[in-house]
Amino acid sequence: MAKAAIMARSATAGDGALADAGGPALRDDKDNSSNMNRREARQPRIAIADLAREAEAAQTVGDFTATDPVITVRGCNVWYGETHALRDINLDIGRNEVIALIGPSGCGKSTFIRCLNRMNDTIETARVSGEFRMHGEDIYDRKTDVVLLRARVGMVFQKPNPFPKSIYENVAYGPRLHGLAANRAELDEIVHSSLRRAGLWDEVKDRLEEPGTGLSGGQQQRLCIARTIAVSPEVILMDEPCSALDPIATARIEDLIDELSQNYAIAIVTHSMQQAARVSRRTAYFHLGRLVEVDATDKVFTNPGHKLTEDYVTGRFG
Amino acid sequence: MNGAASQEQVLERVRASLGRRYRQERRFRLYGLASALLGLMFVGLIFGTIISNGYTAFWQTQVLIDVYFDPAVIDPGGGRDPLELARADYNRLARAALTELFPDVRARRDRRSLNRLLSSGAAYQLRDMVLAEPELIGKHRAVWVPADDEVDMVVKGYIDRSLPEKSRRVKDRQLAWIDRLADAGRLERHFNAAFFESGDSREPELAGIGGAALGSFYMLLVTLVLSFPLGVAAAVYLEEFAPRNRWVDLIEVNINNLAAVPSIVFGLLGLAVFINFLGMPRSAPVVGGLVLTLMTLPTIIIASRAALKSVPPSVREAALGVGASQMQMVLHHVVPLALPGMLTGTIIGMARALGESAPLLMIGMVAFIVELPGSPFEPATALPVQIYLWADSPERAFVERTSAAIIVLLAFLLLMNGAAIWLRKRFERRW
Repeated sequence: MAKAAIMARSATAGDGALADAGGPALRDDKDNSSNMNRREARQPRIAIADLAREAEAAQTVGDFTATDPVITVRGCNVWYGETHALRDINLDIGRNEVIALIGPSGCGKSTFIRCLNRMNDTIETARVSGEFRMHGEDIYDRKTDVVLLRARVGMVFQKPNPFPKSIYENVAYGPRLHGLAANRAELDEIVHSSLRRAGLWDEVKDRLEEPGTGLSGGQQQRLCIARTIAVSPEVILMDEPCSALDPIATARIEDLIDELSQNYAIAIVTHSMQQAARVSRRTAYFHLGRLVEVDATDKVFTNPGHKLTEDYVTGRFG
Repeated sequence: MNGAASQEQVLERVRASLGRRYRQERRFRLYGLASALLGLMFVGLIFGTIISNGYTAFWQTQVLIDVYFDPAVIDPGGGRDPLELARADYNRLARAALTELFPDVRARRDRRSLNRLLSSGAAYQLRDMVLAEPELIGKHRAVWVPADDEVDMVVKGYIDRSLPEKSRRVKDRQLAWIDRLADAGRLERHFNAAFFESGDSREPELAGIGGAALGSFYMLLVTLVLSFPLGVAAAVYLEEFAPRNRWVDLIEVNINNLAAVPSIVFGLLGLAVFINFLGMPRSAPVVGGLVLTLMTLPTIIIASRAALKSVPPSVREAALGVGASQMQMVLHHVVPLALPGMLTGTIIGMARALGESAPLLMIGMVAFIVELPGSPFEPATALPVQIYLWADSPERAFVERTSAAIIVLLAFLLLMNGAAIWLRKRFERRW
């Protein structure tokens, strides 16, 4: 019964969360299953069971707190039906910092960031417990308005997903929804400045009325970023934003993340360790639903404190 | 498995099996082609028979007679009172005109069979002319009036002249008169406007599909107005908002089952609920529309849900991600993207409803109705029922009219399916 419900719902639920939830049943009918299979096909050189035992015993290595936290998470647990996807995660996200979340597929990175703007609410079988606070306010409190939360915590998805509308409408949708502009001129201003900050303005300024779906993959992803920053969120969650892009488009997005970090807190899930090293100030390493290590990016990559982290960043498995 | 077999042996075996595999493939393709051709042949056969039987009904034989609008017959009082004018015996005028053309026919019996060459519709036509233009009274005027259906059949070549007179409905002397009229250029085939404009009639030359088409139109209007919003709303609720529990599962199962219920059962339901219990008028398109709504709803709900399901999750996530509420996500993004699919499903449901006759038999839309319905509450029949009624009639002329009505119905169905395909192509979106 529960499994059937997951199957039926997965059409509406997010790819990413299900992918990272683990459990073969959850992965069956994913959109980009070919992509998944390729990742799964890589043979780990260390037996999974051993790793699980190691992770079981492990405490998070490093400092999970941030000096000026926007979001604080304590004791986060997530279940998808019977699958325990995240176990006792403690992590802070600081103001104007870029934190990279790395780890093998199915380790719970995407699940974690989807807890922060309550995107997991859309998955029927998902159960979330623990303390999530944004500026001290409980994110999961009954009084918290999800719509307001998502306006403050924006999200960029793995696959560029512009609306099948014009470029202008794509960016204007959020501000219009929340009534951020009093008139057309203000709305124009918001749209233009968002496109400028997303580094897309010069490429699209002459064709704002053309459909956003007609842009190239990299441009679409920057359009999605422009759409996200148009509602002026405090935190931007990015779920593998470059995994569908070529290296040049990836470099542009990374530059953009660098610029945006002056104004926003950014949590980025990535499978590319080079990317994590390039864009982030802190790096968190997840493994089988546990947060194994979190520390300054330099330290995680040059002098990891945990054996699993070391194995992962040196490419011994993953 | 065959570790012992060398590479050459393996190659040998593969090569040996190749011929058989290719033969299998060719045979399979042949079967497919044959069945497709067979299907196409039957479609061609159906369309060919119907069109060759029916296209002649779009033309109707008419007779040119010189009518003297005799004031003594039409308006003996001379008051030009419309009521008086409407009541006059216009048959006498038509008969007099015909007698003028055949002065040699004198015997009473012969005169009677001569008069039978004209349709009883001729009198109505003369009446309408006089009512529209009273100045005609006292004047001569050449008028094309409809010929009787048997004359029509002779002209169209459906009556075999080589048969002995006894086994022919048109007698030898009538044939001679018809030939005389034709030679004088007084017999012509004209476009049969009456076929599209008038209601049913016992006289084939006066019978038309106008009433049935209007009845079908009212019925489909009621069906569309009720079933589209209801179906879409139900689909959106079930797909986007309904909680997953046993009750919703039960509703889903029932909707799927309803789509498979024979249509005559819906007719019985309509008879019991709408007519017997709620006291709605019998034979009325509004009841037909309600019954067809019940029948079409499951189809529309299922098609709409499939359309909603096919909207990619990325669009939903994108909308939720910028802070749209559930309802905004559905109304701004999901429903617009699913609308072409919903419309396609609706049009196909409507096309099915248009071709449906069994439930209409149950609610009395099978009656003989001459008047055109003025509203959905007046008695009417529908196109498929009209076809059924005419197919049951003995007159030879109804055979071609039945086929012609089928042509019209098929034309409407093709039009609707074409619209569905056009909609699908026009609004197909890529994401």
